[in-house]
Amino acid sequence: MDYQFQWRPVLRSLPDLLWGSLETVEIAGLAMLFGTVLAIFLALGKRSTKKYLIWPADAWIETARNTPALFQIYMLYFGLGSLGLQVSSYAALLFGITFNNAGYLAETFRGGFAAVPETQTRAARSLGLGAAQTIWYVVLPQMLRAVFHAMTNQMVWSILMSSLGVVVGLNTDLTGVTQKLNVVTYRTFEYFFVAAALYYLISKAFTLSARIVAWRLFRY
Amino acid sequence: MYFGGSFTWGDFQFLLSGAVTTLSITLVAVIIGTCLGVLFGLVRASSPWWISNTLGAVLDVFRSVPLLIQLVLFNSFNSMLKLNWPTFTVGCICLGIYASAFCTEIVRSGVGAVPQTTRRAARSLGLSWLQELTSITLPIATRVVFPSWLGLALGVMKDTALVLWIGIVELLRSSQIVTARVQEPLLILGITGLIYFVMSFPIARLGNQLEKKWGTQ
Repeated sequence: MDYQFQWRPVLRSLPDLLWGSLETVEIAGLAMLFGTVLAIFLALGKRSTKKYLIWPADAWIETARNTPALFQIYMLYFGLGSLGLQVSSYAALLFGITFNNAGYLAETFRGGFAAVPETQTRAARSLGLGAAQTIWYVVLPQMLRAVFHAMTNQMVWSILMSSLGVVVGLNTDLTGVTQKLNVVTYRTFEYFFVAAALYYLISKAFTLSARIVAWRLFRY
Repeated sequence: MYFGGSFTWGDFQFLLSGAVTTLSITLVAVIIGTCLGVLFGLVRASSPWWISNTLGAVLDVFRSVPLLIQLVLFNSFNSMLKLNWPTFTVGCICLGIYASAFCTEIVRSGVGAVPQTTRRAARSLGLSWLQELTSITLPIATRVVFPSWLGLALGVMKDTALVLWIGIVELLRSSQIVTARVQEPLLILGITGLIYFVMSFPIARLGNQLEKKWGTQ
């Protein structure tokens, strides 16, 4: 192999890469937050007995789960663009991942809701809580505890999926910054190797902190 | 046949040929991933903890780094080592290794689901290690993990969309090419999405049904 590794330009642009990492975490976190809220409504919609609630929830969940995430981002970026709605690549990425997260989390939450005994709901209702209060104070806390582990996995997915922004031209997240520097310097291997290491560190840091949070929150 | 606008039957055939590329990459990657995954999974399930954990940590890297970056790195390896493999091969191998990291955990959990007593009983009846593995452990484990494996295969199918970044014309990339000519992104992306959905949804359904059927026995 007569390839000359040149790590110095990569080290010099490490601050840029770290700022990019921050944006990656921001996008993944926001997409996870919006996705969780939407997923709760989707899961409730799918559990309801009303057809007009089940059908849209089903359509959302099955589309999100049966098409590639990149396709969903394309749909927002190019598809909405053709309707005259100009979507920035940041928004297309953020809402694309949100759409995807919501679909996957909805299925998780459906299982989580099923894990909360029916008697809990009835007990809460007979104590005088309203329907919304019952869900908010009684069912949701128990459901979120049951699905916490699956949610941390989804967050890691969210971090990894946020790398897709570069395909629709985002150049401010970790992959985007890496690609921008790569185009200028052509040190492809070095830059992407460091990016890979940063992604690894981000997802490991998140998994570790989630484990600590779970340990603090869920011990009896 | 005419779809409206300037989208022609030929364009649709072009999309279908992209879908064939998507499916062939999926097939090769899943075969590589399953073979390696079974091998690594068995090693992880039956070797001493330090081998098992080291292998686990190495494979975990492939699950913690975005596939897009793995593809770019693997592609630049290809040119650095002057292997001159076609991008199709690069894509298949990269996806295959990626899939093997997930398949390893699936196989490991499947082997773990076979009760130790069953395995010991087989050995005390005189079966050799290999016989016990092929006629007791693997059949039971396969039944337990088949739905997850199906899920993995579908996941790989959806992840093949990323190989467009290293220049392979698969379904999503071919939709871009058609869009560049026809200028109707929403229609063409809609058709593309429908093709993905048709390829994925029936198998996902089957997986769910098998899970229900085999889960409660």
